[in-house]
Amino acid sequence: MFVPARRKTDVRSASARSLVGLAPLALLLLAGCASRNDLYVLLPGQDGKIGALIVSSGGEQRVLDQPYAAASVTSPGRVEGRATSEAEVRQAFGPALAAQPTRPVSFFLYFLADTDELTPDSKRVVGQIFAEIARRPAPEIVVIGHTDRVGAVAYNDALSLKRAEKVRDDLLKLAIPKVRISVAGRGEREPLVPTADEVSEPRNRRVEISVR
Amino acid sequence: MRSGFIALILPIALTFGVAAAAAEDAGHVKVSNGAAQIERAGQRLPAAVGQAVQQGDVVITGADGSVGITFRDNSLVSVGPDSVLSIDRFVFNSTTHQGNFDSSLKQGTLAVVSGKLAKQSPEAMKVKTPAAILGVRGTEFLVRTGPAKD
Repeated sequence: MFVPARRKTDVRSASARSLVGLAPLALLLLAGCASRNDLYVLLPGQDGKIGALIVSSGGEQRVLDQPYAAASVTSPGRVEGRATSEAEVRQAFGPALAAQPTRPVSFFLYFLADTDELTPDSKRVVGQIFAEIARRPAPEIVVIGHTDRVGAVAYNDALSLKRAEKVRDDLLKLAIPKVRISVAGRGEREPLVPTADEVSEPRNRRVEISVR
Repeated sequence: MRSGFIALILPIALTFGVAAAAAEDAGHVKVSNGAAQIERAGQRLPAAVGQAVQQGDVVITGADGSVGITFRDNSLVSVGPDSVLSIDRFVFNSTTHQGNFDSSLKQGTLAVVSGKLAKQSPEAMKVKTPAAILGVRGTEFLVRTGPAKD
């Protein structure tokens, strides 16, 4: 307890005498105990949107908002901005980048009016969509059914759920565990194309399959 | 008497609430290479594809290891070799997209594609390292932390 307290006083009086004289000591301390190799990099988003990374370290703050903008930190509070490149990033972060999971994706299937039967167009692509889902490791799936605005709300709630459950049953044939698939019917509440009530709209008779 | 009773009940209710939240799966392992484990309540589980990840888990990789996890809000988080990543907090309301995702990279490398949480609120996602705190505004980024090599 006593020794560090006295040391602190010593440093203060030393700094009062000569800041220049202290500089080598400070550098020595930094190199000796807390030197770090930290690097933080903002990447260009795959959807073309650039967000921002706010780096706060020991009272210093730096905002990275350009693609491949980076901040290196050698000790808390010692933040230095610099640019990186795609090549440098591949070199430093290769395995972490290679281990990124496949991005979540959504598919739509469309239905004949007032049925849980797929349209001919959707029948043609459903095999391809299911193959893509089956290829993903440990897929988690949300299936949401919708209807157009023809018919009563309660009827459409039931119809939308029936559509979603039909798709779920087909997905189960891919040997995807049932616990990994959740199902919901949204009825006519969330039309893709807004219409007046009782309007038949093929684009609203759909099931959305979200996979992550 | 009554306020005393409530004061007694509230901490218990909060404790159970937190316990329930912690037991819910935050995400699942989608990619696993080499030596990769998840530490949960003192136990080490293999970080195999399909393994659930929960709040409080620590993801640990060896010299040849890497792990990729997809979280419930569609955040994609992957670590490279010799890494230690602690999932400090994961709360996500799938209806409002509100919640918090806090993690700490103790050492190693990390790649993140932020999800619905960071899109909903710029305060929702934070990554800590021993030297810094990173705030995230809907984006993709990389983190490396560790002592400098002499």
